Amino acid sequence: MSLRMPAPDPAVLSARAEVIKGLRRILENDGVIGDDESLIAYESDGLTAYRQLPLAVALPRTTQQVAQILRFCRERGVKVVARGAGTSLSGGALPLADGVILGLSRFNRVLDIDLENRVVVAQPGVTNLGITEAVKKHGFYYAPDPSSQIACSIGGNVAENSGGVHCLKYGLTTNNVLGVELVTMDGEILRLGGKTLDAPGYDLLGIINGSEGMLGVITEVTVRILPRPQHARAALLGFPSVEAAGQCVADIIGGGIVPAGMEMMDRLATLAAEEFLHVGYPLDVEAVLIVEADGIDAECDHVLALVNDIATKNGAVFSRLSNSEDERLRFWAGRKSAFPAVGRLSPDYYCMDGTIPRGRLAHVLQRMNEMSERYGLRVANVFHAGDGNLHPLILYNANEPGQLERAEAFGAEILRLCVEVGGVLTGEHGVGVEKRDLMPEMFSEIDLAQQMRVKCAFDPEGLLNPGKVFPQLHRCAELGRVHVHAGRVAHPELPRF
Amino acid sequence: MQTRFSAEQLRDPHLAASEKAIRTCVHCGFCNATCPTYALLGDELDGPRGRIMLMKDMLENQRTPSAETVKHIDRCLSCLSCKTTCPSGVDYMHLVDHSRAWIEQRYERPWIDRMLRGLLAGLLPYPRRFRFALAMGRLFSPLVGLLPNIGFLKSLRAMLELSRAPTGAVREGIIAAPTVRKARVAFLEGCAEPVLQPNIQQAATRLFARMGIEVVPAPGQGCCGALVHHLGKEARSLAFARANVDAWSRVIDDGGLDAIVITASGCGTSLKDYGFMLRNEPAYAARAAKVSTLARDVSEVLAAHELPAVTNPSGLIVAYHAACSLQHGQGVREAPRRLLTEAGFQLRDIAESHLCCGSAGVYNILQPDLAEALRERKQNALAAVAPQVVATGNIGCLTQLSRGKAPAPVVHTVELLDWATGGPEPEGLSRRT
Ligand SMILES: Cc1cc2nc3c(=O)[nH]c(=O)nc-3n(C[C@H](O)[C@H](O)[C@H](O)COP(=O)(O)OP(=O)(O)OC[C@H]3O[C@@H](n4cnc5c(N)ncnc54)[C@H](O)[C@@H]3O)c2cc1C
Ligand code: SF4
Ligand code: SF4
Repeated sequence: MSLRMPAPDPAVLSARAEVIKGLRRILENDGVIGDDESLIAYESDGLTAYRQLPLAVALPRTTQQVAQILRFCRERGVKVVARGAGTSLSGGALPLADGVILGLSRFNRVLDIDLENRVVVAQPGVTNLGITEAVKKHGFYYAPDPSSQIACSIGGNVAENSGGVHCLKYGLTTNNVLGVELVTMDGEILRLGGKTLDAPGYDLLGIINGSEGMLGVITEVTVRILPRPQHARAALLGFPSVEAAGQCVADIIGGGIVPAGMEMMDRLATLAAEEFLHVGYPLDVEAVLIVEADGIDAECDHVLALVNDIATKNGAVFSRLSNSEDERLRFWAGRKSAFPAVGRLSPDYYCMDGTIPRGRLAHVLQRMNEMSERYGLRVANVFHAGDGNLHPLILYNANEPGQLERAEAFGAEILRLCVEVGGVLTGEHGVGVEKRDLMPEMFSEIDLAQQMRVKCAFDPEGLLNPGKVFPQLHRCAELGRVHVHAGRVAHPELPRF
Repeated sequence: MQTRFSAEQLRDPHLAASEKAIRTCVHCGFCNATCPTYALLGDELDGPRGRIMLMKDMLENQRTPSAETVKHIDRCLSCLSCKTTCPSGVDYMHLVDHSRAWIEQRYERPWIDRMLRGLLAGLLPYPRRFRFALAMGRLFSPLVGLLPNIGFLKSLRAMLELSRAPTGAVREGIIAAPTVRKARVAFLEGCAEPVLQPNIQQAATRLFARMGIEVVPAPGQGCCGALVHHLGKEARSLAFARANVDAWSRVIDDGGLDAIVITASGCGTSLKDYGFMLRNEPAYAARAAKVSTLARDVSEVLAAHELPAVTNPSGLIVAYHAACSLQHGQGVREAPRRLLTEAGFQLRDIAESHLCCGSAGVYNILQPDLAEALRERKQNALAAVAPQVVATGNIGCLTQLSRGKAPAPVVHTVELLDWATGGPEPEGLSRRT
């Protein structure tokens, strides 16, 4: 692998046996993995290009245990990487050789369903879909729906500020999380936010969303739930070119329509999804667009009629409306399994995640096609078309020497292109290790130092998930220390620098 | 996912097939979400994605696995929920089958474990021995309560409890052959089912007769081999498979067969795999493939024809428990549900219907704790819809779900279909409260 990670601390490596012993003591011999043969199951997350055996894995069940583990690790200078369901596509949960993986998979209970306040309180290991399942019978759901929702954890969603097909209308994770319980590296248990839309004090919750496991370990999440819309229907549209589909998206948004979801797949991605689920996607088109409307019946009909007109004007050659709830869900199911379904076409893929101004889609696609030829690697495209978030999947074969390196270079070029056309490096998968070294393309030294100061305020020793997000490790002392204690910055009234 | 098998290794067809399965996995983690053991234990080592990594490591490095690795692979139910979920199409089934055989050949199990597995493999596939063991078990089953519920004794308890499984008897009377013949089929008679509940195939035969489907005998057949197969005893499972292929081939050559009908879906998955299992044996490959293409779950056969007129619509509330071997192993999901509805039952959907009930062959004996946790979870899901009867298509599930706190009597789907279309009331229903 061509990724450089911080050099492991030899003192920690040689103290491995004691670290494992200490963890076993805290967890009472249940849920500590310390042998290399077993640790392989934790060597990567959803980004398999990068792998590393951790020092050990700990699977606590209670917040108290999490606090004890963090305190213990801090005392010994051991790094900690939190892990939810390990579906990150940016290597956020990639282990460190001298770090403990703190897995939250056993935090899998929904704690409170509070319909009056329309919130659910859940442990961080509950899956995204698990929250919706828990409130389905009451007519509610949790709106942000990453394609990985069947598996990814709500804690991971907060850490990555994940998006999904319905975020166009209902916002990202950050717009739907009301509170968290967080354990800092020194074992302090903080509560940020609560059950209401605003909490007194600084909006620290805002910085926890998308913090990629670098500020603390989330041990409880309070989310907003929404009543199911009376109706939801989706249109499945096919276009002879990706450009035409892109123009259709631009015209829909330009026309002032906010669909509940709007997603595009190119021919290759469509083919893979169709092979898995036999949804009935058209296979003789270059791009498939799924547009959903929700609300009362008349509203759905109205919106979909407008969408259909716009699609026809843009040369759509296929159009089908979902006729039942089952069919609507199947339209989405295919889209949501598109990434792993691409595994049917290629043994490995490198999933990119950039965001561009919608108007530049055609241009970006054309440039990507040129790159694809140049690098000799196929690319399948899946877009959250409504918000300009692109997911090109670069198909490669990891068993062929040199292909991963080519895929990496190809990916970096795509992301540079996104920034060049006025977009950003990441849409929703986080920076992790994948986009770490590209951060300077987007942020100046000053920007990055500022972001790091936030990290230092929570984790002055840099023990939580180091080597991720920031291209260089700085000592916090170099940046000036601001330490958060008990949820408050000490003497916030004093100027700091 | 990247693999590191040498060209030499890949010349072995078993390793080549496993490599392909591993290679298809893109590590998305979706499968963990529907894996029963991951749900219970919350450790990647007890989920399919982690198991794939363990197996990859073991096979790539030609390793004799550690006790830890064996523990996590042993805990796999082979329920194949992961196979249904996997968008990438990973062939988990053959990978875990291969790994079980690999472990069996190389790993020295503790003697008590060896003995238990040997006992199960020596008894269950043989109806006569099994019948005898059951009788002995019944004799000793009053002692169950006296056994401490720990370690190996737990398995022994589970075994003795098997002898208390609900049983059914053969009803008197000859079932007339159909007057018009729409199809000609043979049963997989099986091993445990005819001992515990011979009434199931009897109900199917009556139903078939009403539908114009002729059942012919296929002498010489035995256990399908699934049981020993899942214990990693590959040579013995292949021997069972060959004997069965021979038996059915004789019938196929002599008058033809439209289907080989399986009433225990666990065996069905195995039969449908004969083509793969024997693919490298020139003397058997073609005939085994033929047997696999003819193998049908009884619900598939019924769904392909028209059900006889419903003469006795009971309107009972039925919770259908989908056996893993049927829904995941064979991908048969809608047929049994549709048939039950057509036959006038009120079908209720249960929560977490993708999860295994913990029966899984002899899993409930080898892994009693996990099996019990899964059984309770399933029984709670069933109880939540307040059924009057539970229908399922596999003898293992039927036995498992009848234990402990069963929310309603459990019968085979065909027994209900037979009853609704003119057959006698299923014996199991008399246990209805
Ligand atoms: C097939 C596929 C499709 C996907 N589709 C989408 C999509 O549509 N939209 C989208 O946004 N993402 C998508 N993702 C990416 C991924 O699912 C999300 O980033 C998800 O939120 C990660 O959750 P996780 O539980 O798997 O976290 P992990 O992968 O386990 O961890 C991700 C990061 O979060 C941190 N973390 C996890 N749990 C905690 C915690 N309790 N406390 C503190 N830090 C924590 C980790 O340290 C790491 O940095 C997809 C992934 C796959 C494999
Ligand atoms: S077969 Fe069942 S128990 Fe085994 S890994 Fe797959 S889902 Fe889990
Ligand atoms: S769902 Fe399939 S591709 Fe994804 S991790 Fe599981 S086996 Fe691998």
